[in-house]
Amino acid sequence: MKSGSNLEKILSAGKFAVTAELGPPKSADAEVVYKKADILKGCADAVNITDCQTAIVRMSSIATAAMLISKGLEPIAQMTCRDRNRIAIQSDLLGASALGVKNLLCLTGDHQKFGNHPQSKNVFDLDSIQLIKMVKDMRDEKVFQCGEEIKVEPRFFIGAAESPFADPVELRVLMLAKKVTAGIDFVQTQIVYNVEKFAKWMELVRELGLDKKVYILAGVAPLKSVGMARYMKNNVPGMDVPDEVINRMTAVGKERAKEEGINICVDVINQVKEIKGVAGVHVMAIEWEEVVPEIVEKAGLLPRPKIG
Amino acid sequence: MIIGERKPIQEILDMIGEHDKILIAGCGTCVAICMAGGDKEVSILASAIRMARNREGKPIEIQEHTPLRQCEWEFVDELKDKIKVSDTVLSMACGIGVQTLVERYPEAVVYPAVNTTFLGLPEEQGVWSERCGACGNCVLDKTGGICPIVRCSKSLLNGPCGGAQDGKCEIDPEVDCGWQLIYDRLKVLGKLDNLTKISPAKDWSTGRDGGPRKIVREDMKL
Repeated sequence: MKSGSNLEKILSAGKFAVTAELGPPKSADAEVVYKKADILKGCADAVNITDCQTAIVRMSSIATAAMLISKGLEPIAQMTCRDRNRIAIQSDLLGASALGVKNLLCLTGDHQKFGNHPQSKNVFDLDSIQLIKMVKDMRDEKVFQCGEEIKVEPRFFIGAAESPFADPVELRVLMLAKKVTAGIDFVQTQIVYNVEKFAKWMELVRELGLDKKVYILAGVAPLKSVGMARYMKNNVPGMDVPDEVINRMTAVGKERAKEEGINICVDVINQVKEIKGVAGVHVMAIEWEEVVPEIVEKAGLLPRPKIG
Repeated sequence: MIIGERKPIQEILDMIGEHDKILIAGCGTCVAICMAGGDKEVSILASAIRMARNREGKPIEIQEHTPLRQCEWEFVDELKDKIKVSDTVLSMACGIGVQTLVERYPEAVVYPAVNTTFLGLPEEQGVWSERCGACGNCVLDKTGGICPIVRCSKSLLNGPCGGAQDGKCEIDPEVDCGWQLIYDRLKVLGKLDNLTKISPAKDWSTGRDGGPRKIVREDMKL
């Protein structure tokens, strides 16, 4: 075992994994975190805690992760390269490990231009691939990035995100291969609405044998409205929402839009489950965490397996 | 070359304050070519200041002079007499020129009239864009001659983030994705293999992160 996390155990036992996502509050309110944790408990093998996503200041990912552990959930802390240099990242990772965090998702981070502090200075001392390599070397070689020895090393099950739909498409599989070489154990993909395109990407992934080297979790997310579907199609980089999905959302009308959004999400889960090499799903329902149990149940993924 | 852009007139007027004898010192090199601080821009700024001050009923005496370069001792020496009789110097050079004047004429009050924006080139008439971050450790050999430090909004060294769409950067649909440019270039060169190699964590100490930089060449010293 690399970190001995529940997620690692589920995946290495060959079970179809479910991860969910929890967005920390834009405040110091612990109750928000505990409420969301209650909702997600039992319906996911591990829960991602975003790290100031879209560059908006929120409660720290590692602090929130520690709060989840205290409630009996397993967190996947997220770490971006935007806000910390290699000194701060390594320091935070030592702390995260000491607090019991066992999964880490390594990300580049959204540009601060999108956030609530667009005048801030970004860091990007490392990129996501260099971050992955650093975290792996900390775990497997017991060294800091500078080469100095670590007496008690932080042990993380290391993940990355990958976007099968971003440009240049030819480069995306190559980027995944690079992340695998750098040392990831699992991947969570950008939200899949275009299953056909995702399946083609998976074909390329299998051709390179990457599905045998790392666990691939397909990202899914319920749509709330046809407006949200259109927004994602037109405004979110690396997102592909086919017309068929937009038509389904339009056809049911406003009252039944949320219900249809959930149905579409369940349909996508059922479809990606059948694609060879897909080891699980990552359900992203940020600020709509309460629908995750329903989605996971409708997809026939409850109860979650327990592995000792 | 160094690209600059003149500051807004109000900001410049605020710097001048109540002073009524100023020298506007241009620079005949980079900022002249990018039309921010050459002799033409010096006279335009002088006229604008005169008009503004006359409107306020506070006329101002302005001398104008543009040496060929403001970043070398021997070129700024010709400003000596004019600086002597001025109570403020407005430099229209880059930040290097401003500081050259400050160091050469410690008794003078020197203000910047130009924002030094970046190291770049004129893409076409009226359009300038950044090309070099002066990181002190060039990687252009690995990236097909396109700089990832300044052409990628996140200075990524191992390929694009997930935010590129249609070859454009996530920060602005008008900005090319630097890694798309690198990818296209390496494809033409038949060197896509470069992209599969992991570029290790960069040594930023050769850049500004290492503190103020200096080169000393004993072989060139007199």
